[in-house]
Amino acid sequence: MALRTIVSRKTLAALGSGLRAEARLAASRGLVTFSLPDLPYDYGALEPAISAEIMQLHHQKHHQTYVTNYNKALEQLEDAMAKGDALAVVKLQSAIKFNGGGHINHSIFWKNLSPIREGGGEPPKGSLGWAIDTDLGSMEALVQRMNAEGAALQGSGWVWLGLDKDFKKLVVETTANQDPLVTKGANLVPLIGIDVWEHAYYLQYKNVKPDYLKNIWKVINWKYASEVYEKECH
Amino acid sequence: MATATATTSSAVPATAFLRRQGANGGANRSLRWARNQHQRWSPRRSGAAVITAKFDLKPPPYPQDALEPHMSQNTMSFHWGKHHRAYVDNLNKQIVGTELQGKSLEDVMIRTYNKGDLLPPFNNAAQVWNHDFFWDSMKPGGGGKPSGELLKAIERDFGSFEKFSEEFRSAAATQFGSGWAWLVFNPRPSDGKELLVLKTPNAVNPLVLGYTALLTIDVWEHAYYLDYQNRRPDYISIFMEKLVSWDAVSAKLEVAKSRVA
Repeated sequence: MALRTIVSRKTLAALGSGLRAEARLAASRGLVTFSLPDLPYDYGALEPAISAEIMQLHHQKHHQTYVTNYNKALEQLEDAMAKGDALAVVKLQSAIKFNGGGHINHSIFWKNLSPIREGGGEPPKGSLGWAIDTDLGSMEALVQRMNAEGAALQGSGWVWLGLDKDFKKLVVETTANQDPLVTKGANLVPLIGIDVWEHAYYLQYKNVKPDYLKNIWKVINWKYASEVYEKECH
Repeated sequence: MATATATTSSAVPATAFLRRQGANGGANRSLRWARNQHQRWSPRRSGAAVITAKFDLKPPPYPQDALEPHMSQNTMSFHWGKHHRAYVDNLNKQIVGTELQGKSLEDVMIRTYNKGDLLPPFNNAAQVWNHDFFWDSMKPGGGGKPSGELLKAIERDFGSFEKFSEEFRSAAATQFGSGWAWLVFNPRPSDGKELLVLKTPNAVNPLVLGYTALLTIDVWEHAYYLDYQNRRPDYISIFMEKLVSWDAVSAKLEVAKSRVA
């Protein structure tokens, strides 16, 4: 019983409060599993910046697959830990990082976007707006930098606007594959993440990743980013 | 690919002609590919009588619609016409005026792999090579099973063709993120097995790891997204059943073995 509790607490602590709402306790086993969060808008609501076709595939297929495989890996992990199988535990780490990271990153991503009529694209007022000017020069400079880094990223990954909560400074970072921002620094909090895996834009923009990056800013949800920023910076 | 050592002469390598005669049976069909159908090397003179060498985008050995319906013309037009072309163009831009200019593609690749501490031109160089190799790994009416020496080698090192196929498909399906799955020849096997299945991330390929490549499948999303969307396993199955050119793989195995014999 103690082992299961440790798994649950560690899992929740590692993933942050945002995901607790999605966690379900599987009563018979005590293992916390995860489920696909609902989108706070319709699949077509971000058009023309991101097509309905992409939103539906991205959410219902890609994100769902990460959730399903993450749950599977966690069950296998619990099993391996109960058996004291050290090798199996280590071998499961990459599947957990990949699928768990995929679930974490996409859960943030859906909140990073919002339809134009609900404020998508409106620049942040208040403390985050000031911080962008202070730490990164200007909104234009931020956008240009994230677009350049996103375009230059080889393979699959994410480009982030993050907050270094120790130094209270904004940073721009990239991560590979489904690595969460925290893999670039334990003190980094993600504010905005832009998915630059090809599945995020290919059906609409094909090989022209820069056009996707240019257009996504029209639906970026700065309200959410401001909330996260203000919570960390009081 | 076995004959891909560079030459800076202006003669057209024999392989360019063999490709067109063997696979297309006529010049017209190869014209469906875009304008630049040069041989691999095109030395040219600038006004100052300096000879500059650059890499060219080589067309696949079949027309753009030849792999329909398994790999659509639409996909080929983007995958070859945009992605592969961009790797070639960007590589040329990156190495002009540097010590890498004038070297063979494989040389550029190995130098910029830099034992794993990748230098900037590696991604473009390796992706040019990987895509050339990928088009050669497929053919219209492909798929089925290998035969002869290749089948014997597969059965010897994997137990059966089915076991090999399962291992190859699994590698392709479980390569997280972008990358490639390969059948390779190991010139110095410590366990006596000459053939292995490998998966590599992004642009990494078996050449820089010391193996000889025999077969590859591209599992970057751009390779299958227009035709299969998220269904990578379906794409992999169709590749094995309908696209693999076992002739090309057999030829490469023969060359690989003759090098160590």
